[in-house]
Amino acid sequence: MNIYAEEIISHYEHPHNKGKIANASVDFHEYNPTCGDDITVYLDIRDGKVRDAKFDGQGCAISMASASMLTDEIKGKSMAELEKTGVKELIELIGIDPGPARLKCATLSLKAIKKALFLYQHKEVDDSTKEL
Amino acid sequence: METLDVDAIRKDFPILKRKMNGKRLVYLDSAATSQKPIQVIKTICDYYKEQNANIHRGLYQLSADATERYVDSKRRLAKFINASEMQEIVYVRNATEAINLVAYAWGAQNVQKGDRILLTELEHHSNIVPWMELARRKGAVLEYAKMDDKVAHVDMGDFMEKIEKRPKIVAFAHMSNVLGTINNVKEMTKAAHKNGATVLVDGAQSAPHMKVDVREIDCDFFALSGHKMLAPMGIGALYGKRQILEDMEPFLTGGDMIKSVHYHSYEKNELPWKFEAGTPNVEGGLAFTAAIDYLEGLGMDKVRQHEKEVTKYAIEELGKVKGVKIYGPGMEEIERRGGVVSFSVDKVHPHDVSQILGEEGIAIRAGHHCAMPLVTERLGEAALSRFSFYIYNKSDEVDKAIRALKKVRRIFRV
Ligand SMILES: Cc1ncc(COP(=O)(O)O)c(C=O)c1O
Repeated sequence: MNIYAEEIISHYEHPHNKGKIANASVDFHEYNPTCGDDITVYLDIRDGKVRDAKFDGQGCAISMASASMLTDEIKGKSMAELEKTGVKELIELIGIDPGPARLKCATLSLKAIKKALFLYQHKEVDDSTKEL
Repeated sequence: METLDVDAIRKDFPILKRKMNGKRLVYLDSAATSQKPIQVIKTICDYYKEQNANIHRGLYQLSADATERYVDSKRRLAKFINASEMQEIVYVRNATEAINLVAYAWGAQNVQKGDRILLTELEHHSNIVPWMELARRKGAVLEYAKMDDKVAHVDMGDFMEKIEKRPKIVAFAHMSNVLGTINNVKEMTKAAHKNGATVLVDGAQSAPHMKVDVREIDCDFFALSGHKMLAPMGIGALYGKRQILEDMEPFLTGGDMIKSVHYHSYEKNELPWKFEAGTPNVEGGLAFTAAIDYLEGLGMDKVRQHEKEVTKYAIEELGKVKGVKIYGPGMEEIERRGGVVSFSVDKVHPHDVSQILGEEGIAIRAGHHCAMPLVTERLGEAALSRFSFYIYNKSDEVDKAIRALKKVRRIFRV
């Protein structure tokens, strides 16, 4: 059970898309009080597509590497595509099974992105973020 | 030279034989909860196999025996912390409930709008939130005596200044579960009393690890949790000076805390039963006796001495690991520092540290340790890793943990 795969460690050491987007279409802050993982995602959305995505914050290797990979992944994706991204897709993307104890670390950025989209569309956050 | 026969002690703790991930369990999280010796486990089993009955109710032998043994456990705990009599021992679920009992019952009668409540910056959530709620209910003012960062102790100058503003109640930990700091509770209590304050000492981390003498401290209340001192979860105690408990109104009400009930009135029971409504944790009380037997059999001075040695060793060895920062009073302060060692590893999040150690069978705690204000606001860390020791820990377990920390640094290339 090695969750500290090479790719996880290198994304943690050198995260992609770290920082803020000035004039982002939407940003969202998400926090995991039990471990102190703390993340803000910034999305630049145009014509229903994510043009740019960045994140800022601090946390464990799993949460930071996952945010790094996920922000890479969603660039160019439509909002409809993003809505279909769930835990299963995220686990495939990061390439490790974090196990139940660390699942919340892995999904923190996805949760923030999902909530950001609800906010952007002026919709109520629905149950799809509950499993995250 | 060992002060305790740790190998013999370890044989009494069945869980220590467990393997995790194929590796012998190294349990370094006793500040969260201690493991239990077979004597305690057996007491619980025997109780349900042979002695179970509700107390204070039946006139039959089983009930009378259970009642007697439950009362006796209070006598034993009273003696263990040197209370005057068992009437001063109220059983509750844990230290948290003990503090809530005081904040509600004592607070309702004694705290008014504008009164001050004084805590310190080193407290556990359990010794913060009940007071915050009391302050909110009453419109009282909550204050914190500062920590002196250099020594990781309460800044006594600041404490004295705030004490002189004559708070109604002062509550502080005997020992910090994050920094290991052992407060000079006797001096703090004396200063508080001189300024008319009532004193609650949160003894959740001290009672398991050192000789506690509530009469010498002279505190008005002392809170402790059984599960941190070999007893099961679900039993803890509030010690209160008799006169103060006599003057207090009940907290929870119902059966057992009454002498008689009429349709529109009731008569309160005697101490300590006045504060124990409903069927109590009898099994917990009996097992608490077994836990105290065990600790007294070892001798609390030896327990403390042993932990001091392991702690000293851990601080020395941790100090040699590159990138590790240790929190809490330094080596020269070992007399005023208990068996918890919090630390951080540069560029590695504590959860990753604890995960990798966990894979080696080593159980440590990572997080804010239920002291968020201290960890995040005062120490400026989102989380910390923590070793905490007890009677069954050996220095070779520290070695194992240190080796695993080196593995952490290899994985993270730091
Ligand atoms: C200093 C301190 N106070 C209070 C508590 C609360 O203990 P419990 O959760 O058993 O009520 C703890 C437990 O971690 C503690 O370390």
